[in-house]
Amino acid sequence: MFGIDIRQKAWSAGLILLFFVAWELFCLMTGMSDLVLPRPSQVFLTLYQRFPVLWPHIVQTLATTMFGFVLGVALGVALGAIIGVSKTAYDTCYPLLIGFSSIPKVAVVPIFVLWFGSGTVPAVLTALSICFFPIVVNIATGLATTEPELEDVLKALGASKLDILWNVGLPRTMPFFFASLKVAISYAFVGAVLSETVASNRGIGNVMMTASSNFNVPLVFAGLFVLAALGVALYVVFSLIEGRVTGWATRKNDVIAT
Amino acid sequence: MRMQPNAQFDGQPVSEGAAATAIELSEASVTFGRGDRAVPALSTTTLKIADGEFVALVGPSGCGKSTILRLVSGLVQPTSGVVIVGGREVAARAMRVGMAFQNPTMLPWMTIERNIMLPLKIVEPFRSNFRKLRKTEFRDKANALLEQVGLKGFGSRYPWQLSGGMLQRANLCRALIHEPRMLLLDEPFGALDQFTREELWTILQTLWMTHKPTVLLVTHDLREAGFLASRICVMSARPGRILDDSRVEFARPRTVAMTFEPEFVALNQKLRTFIEDARSAAEQGTG
Repeated sequence: MFGIDIRQKAWSAGLILLFFVAWELFCLMTGMSDLVLPRPSQVFLTLYQRFPVLWPHIVQTLATTMFGFVLGVALGVALGAIIGVSKTAYDTCYPLLIGFSSIPKVAVVPIFVLWFGSGTVPAVLTALSICFFPIVVNIATGLATTEPELEDVLKALGASKLDILWNVGLPRTMPFFFASLKVAISYAFVGAVLSETVASNRGIGNVMMTASSNFNVPLVFAGLFVLAALGVALYVVFSLIEGRVTGWATRKNDVIAT
Repeated sequence: MRMQPNAQFDGQPVSEGAAATAIELSEASVTFGRGDRAVPALSTTTLKIADGEFVALVGPSGCGKSTILRLVSGLVQPTSGVVIVGGREVAARAMRVGMAFQNPTMLPWMTIERNIMLPLKIVEPFRSNFRKLRKTEFRDKANALLEQVGLKGFGSRYPWQLSGGMLQRANLCRALIHEPRMLLLDEPFGALDQFTREELWTILQTLWMTHKPTVLLVTHDLREAGFLASRICVMSARPGRILDDSRVEFARPRTVAMTFEPEFVALNQKLRTFIEDARSAAEQGTG
């Protein structure tokens, strides 16, 4: 089990390395201009040289993302719990939710800016509005799929709705919840950067916009690399938490027969 | 673990024997839905079950057997008539009975012993002491039950590590852990193979003989009914009503070999005839 895991990770790392090497070679062989596609080595060099300048922006983006994400999770769990428990609420709210989630969030940013001015607030709100939907859907689905027989067993014992929610509904929802967290954190990140790009003077999104208007293409790519790295890091963090909390849902391999 | 006689029973005379009445349906009927879409699930039914009796309900599928269980457990209210369980009318709240279904529904994130202790988290007086006793007295109680069904040492396993038959035994333990006076079983062994099923009959018989709860068992299997029950009620096709109510007098503990003896086969034949008549009557009625 462990050996396979290590080998899998080695392959993943190898693929990433291969990607950069191929990119580097492609640029060198075609004599590509820096202004179009900088070589990865240039990008990493820029990243290294400009890191002290980039750092506050990284912190800003990370902070707005996490803030929007936390609010999104709170809102998503509350809403998901409400519509997951009641079939009527589920059927009533679903069309509105779908409508909400179908709006391209880039179109919402100007409205947030109009209301709250440019800067941190619209970034947080964009992150929130983009990330709460997968959480709502997953929480609601998890709660709605509780086995009716088990519910009957508990109801026959005199269990209240809250007892059932606490002992069965919520734990059952955890795998769905953490799966949605991994998606939601990436979404929140996209939302925050999106808003920074459109209307902010701080954050990685803003750095990239400024750099591109100065034709500092290596810095634009450095910003992209930072975003990718942060995205992977956040994903990994939530995967690890998921593995610890909901290991029971994925451990189906070694069944003991009678 | 022995069931205490219920002080609330007023000891009114029952048709047979001196035992108090545990369950009484008088003129109870159940209809789901209203108006044009009303579906009668149970015709007016009167049924009296004494304390400590083991009653099997058999009949064609969809005849309202499960509806009777749900009536007794308080999950369904009678459309008309009265249901009295343990001396009280079933209306305001659930009766805290033990229930087990065909699907064992063990929670996958808990060990078997924690799954079995789940009712203790809900039913008083255990509920208030759950945090204090879950690692000592309650866990011992769970493991004692597991030992009785032949699952000694499996308490710390997770449900996915157990086979279907083992899960169903754990399911019986969960239904009994809070010492219910009443055990309601809805085709608990329906999904098991023949040999496992027969093994579980013996286990259930032993559990019943030691704990003496009143048992209401819904089953399709006539041999199962004959093996386990002290009384068998045959029901008609939907909307169900009770066609026949007969006692099973074979000595206990009964054995699987006994189910092939002539008297047992004769009982089986009798029940089968009832159900076949009920089914053909239903077909004529609808066709």
